Amino acid sequence: MSAPAPPDLRIITSRFDVEDGHTLAGYERTGGYAGLRRALEMAPADVHSEVRTASLLGRGGAGFPAGVKWGFCPPGVWPRYLVVNGDESEPGTYKDRLLMERDPHQLIEGCLIACYALGLSQCFLYVRGEMAHAQERLAAALNEAYEAGYVGRNVLGAPDFSVDITLHWGAGAYIVGEETALIESLEGNRGMPRLKPPYFPASIGLYGKPTIVNNVETLANLPWIVSNGGEAFAAMGADSSTGTRVFAVSGHVASPGVFEVPFGTTTFRDIIFDPRYAGGMRPGRTLKTFIPGGASAPWFFEEHLDLPLEKTTVDQAGSMLGSGAIVVMDDTTDVVKACHNVVRFFARESCGKCTPCREGTSWLEKILSRLLAGQGRPQDLDLLMDVCDNISPGINWPPRQTTICPLGPSAVSPIASALERFRSEFEAYLPATAVTVTGVAS
Amino acid sequence: MARLNANSLGVAQEIIARYPVPRSALIPLLHLAQEQEGYVTEDAMAHIAELVGVTPAEVMGTCSFYEMLKREPVGEYMVNICNGISCHLLGSSDLIHHAEATLGVRPGGTTDDGKITLEAVECIAACTEAPCLQVNYRYRNRVTADDFDQLVSELRDDTAKVASHGQLAMVRQHIGDDRRAGVSPPDGQGEPAWMARNPSDNGDGS
Repeated sequence: MSAPAPPDLRIITSRFDVEDGHTLAGYERTGGYAGLRRALEMAPADVHSEVRTASLLGRGGAGFPAGVKWGFCPPGVWPRYLVVNGDESEPGTYKDRLLMERDPHQLIEGCLIACYALGLSQCFLYVRGEMAHAQERLAAALNEAYEAGYVGRNVLGAPDFSVDITLHWGAGAYIVGEETALIESLEGNRGMPRLKPPYFPASIGLYGKPTIVNNVETLANLPWIVSNGGEAFAAMGADSSTGTRVFAVSGHVASPGVFEVPFGTTTFRDIIFDPRYAGGMRPGRTLKTFIPGGASAPWFFEEHLDLPLEKTTVDQAGSMLGSGAIVVMDDTTDVVKACHNVVRFFARESCGKCTPCREGTSWLEKILSRLLAGQGRPQDLDLLMDVCDNISPGINWPPRQTTICPLGPSAVSPIASALERFRSEFEAYLPATAVTVTGVAS
Repeated sequence: MARLNANSLGVAQEIIARYPVPRSALIPLLHLAQEQEGYVTEDAMAHIAELVGVTPAEVMGTCSFYEMLKREPVGEYMVNICNGISCHLLGSSDLIHHAEATLGVRPGGTTDDGKITLEAVECIAACTEAPCLQVNYRYRNRVTADDFDQLVSELRDDTAKVASHGQLAMVRQHIGDDRRAGVSPPDGQGEPAWMARNPSDNGDGS
């Protein structure tokens, strides 16, 4: 096993052990706002170049390079906005909340650096509604930062740089984590995704203006990148997955936890089994399957354990690192129930805009429910795959979609994974009579 | 009757002023209405519509999309048991069944004394602390049946130290007038001043 990141290699969770790290005093004492000061000594375009050099991949789920995304605003169109996606809701995901609660100033500093680099004249920090403590930590931090001159009019006394950060909070809707739905919600609407194209936020975003939507963890990396340089960041981790990443390992492990590790070089086996991380399975149990990147991701198995936590490798192996959520299931797991749990989530959270998702996800949930209730029909297993194929034609990875956003295809992942690997467990739920009839008929 | 009271109205106006387009304040204002009454009343929706310049139907349209916004009275304490995949793997179904038996209500129901509304909710981002729940959006981690019973008795005799339903953050954002950069309306200014900076003339940056 490769060694875990020593504490001094942690970039964004370094203040998690500092008792007052969430306060301005604690933040300043531990080097806070040095990145912002450094950025203000540079030309905005040079700050952007550092982020490009860092090859910082977005940490929200899609893993798109932030520096490239930043370059998509059409020239000459102003104003431009920054929207922070703090609507973390992907099942298994649990990192942005900690980053907001334990180091809110780091996020604020990241927002200011992004605004400065790109000429974004107002920032909206959208926090998930259910995260009351994160909201109050951010409100307190913003109040301090405004008072101390870091945010608002004439940042750090600069006559030409002023930017407001508006704290915004949601009200319970997973779909709002999708960036165009987030913008709809921020405009005061029902959180339903917009069609891309034309509504790529960088060109037509908030109020129809160019808008950069970045994840909390992505922005939290900016102070370090600007302080230490994009090359130093790119030197950490793997060539294509640079820096560190924060993963939450939950489920049937001995020591579930949230770990910042070098991105791209740590393996699934390291993070699940190393005693310094999740510490392996619960005593006496063996691994059955694991979800590598949040509920939307196809499941992985024993043979995938030695893959590195590296974007391209995991994509090519047929899944994704997604939002950094690893959910581990041991040999006691009823995979039909686990599959139903994940599918029910997507059925509940479908916004209803696109028919294949609105109808398809709830059909999938109903079919699995009746199977679990002992009322399944022999043809139900094929029917599940047929419905999946209607939502995501071909059931491939990466998924094709018949919907505006990826929520519908996400419900296909657990079914395709579990049914292919554990078909006999699904069949075991079929009532005995039904199985007999099938036998006679065939 | 249950329009926003003077105190809420002051807060509402401060919130609206932070957005270039007033309608953007809708969700925060609906939370504010819920904070005042414990749920969002029709009168509050009408009042909010006036404040941001939309119709009450549009406010209802937004309000009805979001799970946290309740348009009927709920218990003083929302007990939301997480039923996400990580909690499921560590026994959330058992915890939910225990809660149903203890409280005598199904998820969505409120106890007869009006104290507790039980909900089984999707992932609340405390996956390593499964099974978990939130009481009025405050976490309780690794909850056993005994922990749950203890919580219920504390809620019933009001010793749990949890703010009543509707109150989220205990700290509000406040921007002093002298510190405000000012909102950036979509039909507003051209390129921000600092974008004209280049490496040769940026001085010391402050």
